[in-house]
Amino acid sequence: MTVEPAATRLRHQVPLVVWLVLVWMLLWGTWSWANLLSGLLVALTVLILLPLPHVIDGTRVRPVPLLVFLGHFVVDLFTSGAEVAWQALRPGGVHRTAIVQVQLRADSDLLLTLVAEATSLVPGSLVLDLDREHRVITLHLLPVRDLADVERKKAHVLVVERRLVRAFGSAADVAALEGTRREGVPAP
Amino acid sequence: MTALADVVAFACLLAGAALCLTAGLGLVRFPDVLSRMHAGTKPQVLGVLLVMVGAAIRLDGWANAWMLLLVAAFQMLTAPVSAHLISRVAYRRRHVRRDLLLVDEFAGTGHQDRVYEGDEPGDAPPENPAVRPGG
Amino acid sequence: MTIVESALYALIGGGALLSLVRLARGPSLLDRVVATDTLLVIIAAGLAVHAALVQDPTLLPVLVVVALLAFVGSVSVARYVGGMLLRSRTGDGRDVGLPVAAEEREASS
Repeated sequence: MTVEPAATRLRHQVPLVVWLVLVWMLLWGTWSWANLLSGLLVALTVLILLPLPHVIDGTRVRPVPLLVFLGHFVVDLFTSGAEVAWQALRPGGVHRTAIVQVQLRADSDLLLTLVAEATSLVPGSLVLDLDREHRVITLHLLPVRDLADVERKKAHVLVVERRLVRAFGSAADVAALEGTRREGVPAP
Repeated sequence: MTALADVVAFACLLAGAALCLTAGLGLVRFPDVLSRMHAGTKPQVLGVLLVMVGAAIRLDGWANAWMLLLVAAFQMLTAPVSAHLISRVAYRRRHVRRDLLLVDEFAGTGHQDRVYEGDEPGDAPPENPAVRPGG
Repeated sequence: MTIVESALYALIGGGALLSLVRLARGPSLLDRVVATDTLLVIIAAGLAVHAALVQDPTLLPVLVVVALLAFVGSVSVARYVGGMLLRSRTGDGRDVGLPVAAEEREASS
């Protein structure tokens, strides 16, 4: 185990401690100093006994793009939720399905995880595999009409990725994303 | 509690309950494991969120709302993880109706077991005895 | 309001019954895992609906437990099957203890 500066360690651990204390307080349901102190104790015990790898290198949160992403995410949730629900209800049975691979452009553990979580939560797409080295995500798509529809859904994954990079990515991530777009690599 | 809040709460509850029914319907009607994963886990995320919102409106009081928020957050965090784990195993054991696939860009990359060829249950014998392992 | 209440219980109960059908019919282990996962989440939704209808918050802690139970259950079964496949040298997991198919047992006896 490598020795690292205390400041870095603190920066990585503090969000986790805050999150764990928050969950503890929500579980108790009421705010009190006793809950806060016992929550801190439990959170520190958990973090010392079960240390986690660091994922939040060079991440910042930008509020406005985050709101843009959340808004689109909720709309996606409703439209594709209705689509999948209709597939289960419609008399003729299901449409065809497809397994596709999408080349992502983000190159950080956290961003790739977020893209996978977001595409997996939206109905109609299911993450089968994520190749970290080549940044290739494999998806199973449920209601697919024709090949054009497949291409549209693949392009949509890249749109989601761009919104996420703008909301959470470091400056270098955003620059890399815009760079690939200007070079004319297929981008939505 | 105003009448309007009650109407919104019941609308959310009804929509969420209807999505739970479509989850069950899809589970029975869809042809293979991967499609059933869509039916099982997806209308649920939205359905559970709607039910939680409806319940939070009906049960006024911040303590209740926080706990419902916690349930919803756990759902959003855990649903993709379990869905991914199950679907990866399902693909490796070929629980896929190949005839319904429009495109398969994942095939031929060594992610599937060689001996299984159709939509057989996971504990079925291999279809092609010539390449049967160990026998 | 009573019509809305019975409609709510009917929708939730219908969803739970249909996932029970899938749980019983299988045909594979993974189908049953997916069905169990769905069933538990539908039960959680049903508890929330009941709590909202009678305006009684005592059920909420149960809700947290049921929601997490669904996750732990399906992840452990998926990891179990996946780990079996990884350790298996023949690819189908039979050499490390995954069940022999009923059809093969009948053929050999």
